[in-house]
Amino acid sequence: MSDVLAVAEHRRGELREVSHEVLTAGAELGAGELHLAVIGGDVERFADELDRGAVDTIHTVAEGEEFNHGVYVQALEQVAEAVDPTYVVTPNSVNGLDYAPAVAESLDMSLVTDAVGVDTGGGLTVTREFYGGKTEGEVDVFDDRAVVTIREGEWDAPAGAAGASIQAFDADIDETALGTTVNGFEEAGSGDVDITEADVLVSVGRGIDEEDNIPLIEELADAMGATLSSSRPIVDNGWLPQDRQVGQSGKKVTPDVYIAIGISGAVQHVAGMKGADTIIAINTDPGAPIFDIADYGIVDDLFDVVPALTEQFA
Amino acid sequence: MKILVTVTEVAEPDDEFEIQGQSIEDRYLTYDLNEWDDYAVEEAVQVSEEYDDVEVVSVTVGPERAEETVRQALAKGVDRAIRVWDDDLGGDLLDPGTTAELLAGVVEEEEPDFVFSGVQSGDMAFGATGVALAEAAGLEWAAVINDFELDPDAGSASVRRELEGGVEELTDVALPAVFTIQTGINEPRYASLRGIRRAQQKPLDVETPTDLGVNVESTLSLSSLEVPETGSDVTYFEGSADETAAELAAFLREQKRVEA
Ligand SMILES: Cc1cc2nc3c(=O)[nH]c(=O)nc-3n(C[C@H](O)[C@H](O)[C@H](O)COP(=O)(O)OP(=O)(O)OC[C@H]3O[C@@H](n4cnc5c(N)ncnc54)[C@H](O)[C@@H]3O)c2cc1C
Repeated sequence: MSDVLAVAEHRRGELREVSHEVLTAGAELGAGELHLAVIGGDVERFADELDRGAVDTIHTVAEGEEFNHGVYVQALEQVAEAVDPTYVVTPNSVNGLDYAPAVAESLDMSLVTDAVGVDTGGGLTVTREFYGGKTEGEVDVFDDRAVVTIREGEWDAPAGAAGASIQAFDADIDETALGTTVNGFEEAGSGDVDITEADVLVSVGRGIDEEDNIPLIEELADAMGATLSSSRPIVDNGWLPQDRQVGQSGKKVTPDVYIAIGISGAVQHVAGMKGADTIIAINTDPGAPIFDIADYGIVDDLFDVVPALTEQFA
Repeated sequence: MKILVTVTEVAEPDDEFEIQGQSIEDRYLTYDLNEWDDYAVEEAVQVSEEYDDVEVVSVTVGPERAEETVRQALAKGVDRAIRVWDDDLGGDLLDPGTTAELLAGVVEEEEPDFVFSGVQSGDMAFGATGVALAEAAGLEWAAVINDFELDPDAGSASVRRELEGGVEELTDVALPAVFTIQTGINEPRYASLRGIRRAQQKPLDVETPTDLGVNVESTLSLSSLEVPETGSDVTYFEGSADETAAELAAFLREQKRVEA
């Protein structure tokens, strides 16, 4: 039976939601022992909060307040040596991707990232997306052991207390080997518009093609009395300020209506707007992943539809 | 100073495409320089413009077709390119660990001061190659950076790692190191005509895994590829643009979503 080692994630004193989800995915991966590593921060409080579902043992490593990948890699090497897991499961978060590939390399395990499903029927098979969400594939893993990073929000949090054994793990961290120093955090500045407060968001993506075309969308937003937001490339190009960006690295929005115009619906974008009440997509590509989560759609050229729509509200 | 930039060619499917076996039929694919690598190339070229005596070398793991993409990087200011390939690599899904081992072989040969990689490739999107490379080559690293300040005298760099929800982590990294570059860190240049002409003359060396002493065997295999079934029931407004716009406007008014 396969033993599994899951890894929790926290930031600035709070566990991130995905810490619960790795337990559910971990239980799916193996019928053996389910271990959880909690590294850094208020490990005892975190361990109590994560004593849920099927977890058998929680290993706490009290080392530092915040994430440092050097500490994580060293600690996980040592915990893995102690529990000998078949699978290691971590969040596919920005920090997850800052240590999981190194752990896989160092433990000589195979690595599959951004899993949305796992199956261990005949060896490990991982379901994940390819080509920006336009296709989904099954990946067979030939290795006996693997590190799997899971997409956030794909597994539920486990229900019920577990009564796990919570053990302080005495990791031997070589401080001189740490090559990075984390000096602090900063929040991206916010401007005069708070898109998280808007009831109706008109959101523009790379389909707009050129900066000179942005006013087309502004006019629609104005006519509708809506607020303008965007996907990341628009902000990367400097066409709109950072505080208009919806998504994983931007803002999480929950308006009544979200109109996605020329936005493909990449996972990092959807992470920021899937909580909208009504989602409307305007896109020339009928296969764009945005239509997987849209309630209403228009498959057509935005340069035809948007002016006509603005006209309707003029 | 020497900077190594990892670049990859990505395949983008047309709006309409067909899947044959485990892959999208080639005639529906357009190949291009990976978006994230475009920013990595720019970052390297900017450092080379800021300091004297900087050589920028690109490395790609890819078939001969990828040379077109490599020439794009050369046209934008990369000095010299290396392409690693062997027809055995073409068959299946290359796992990030194997790609990293190959790149680590090149790091060993080139001994760069630091390496820029893209955060992820647009098509496979493992998001893991840069960090796996760092571990395989014994380098430090920082993933998903949107700001890079080099301190050559201190032998370090100050970076901003872009975390979720608009939070940035301010971190110092000892060199040599691998940095995975996030989009938006700079404004990638377009290649000039002169750059494109000069790119044809720049060295592009091909090496095999055997040359690098790396034994490749992917641990992953794609057993199926499908267009996912949509989970939601979309109601489509159909007709001409004027008609769909009128229907959508009527719907929004009816739902009292919009007052205008
Ligand atoms: C760590 C990380 C964090 C990220 N964070 C974010 C984030 O916070 N927010 C975010 O948005 N992205 C984020 N991304 C980027 C994300 O992966 C995508 O690259 C991005 O969301 C794509 O934006 P887009 O949909 O506007 O562009 P594309 O994916 O290029 O889509 C453009 C769409 O426009 C359509 N189109 C083109 N022309 C027309 C036309 N004339 N009429 C109608 N439709 C048209 C196309 O069919 C296509 O679907 C992140 C990526 C990473 C790796």
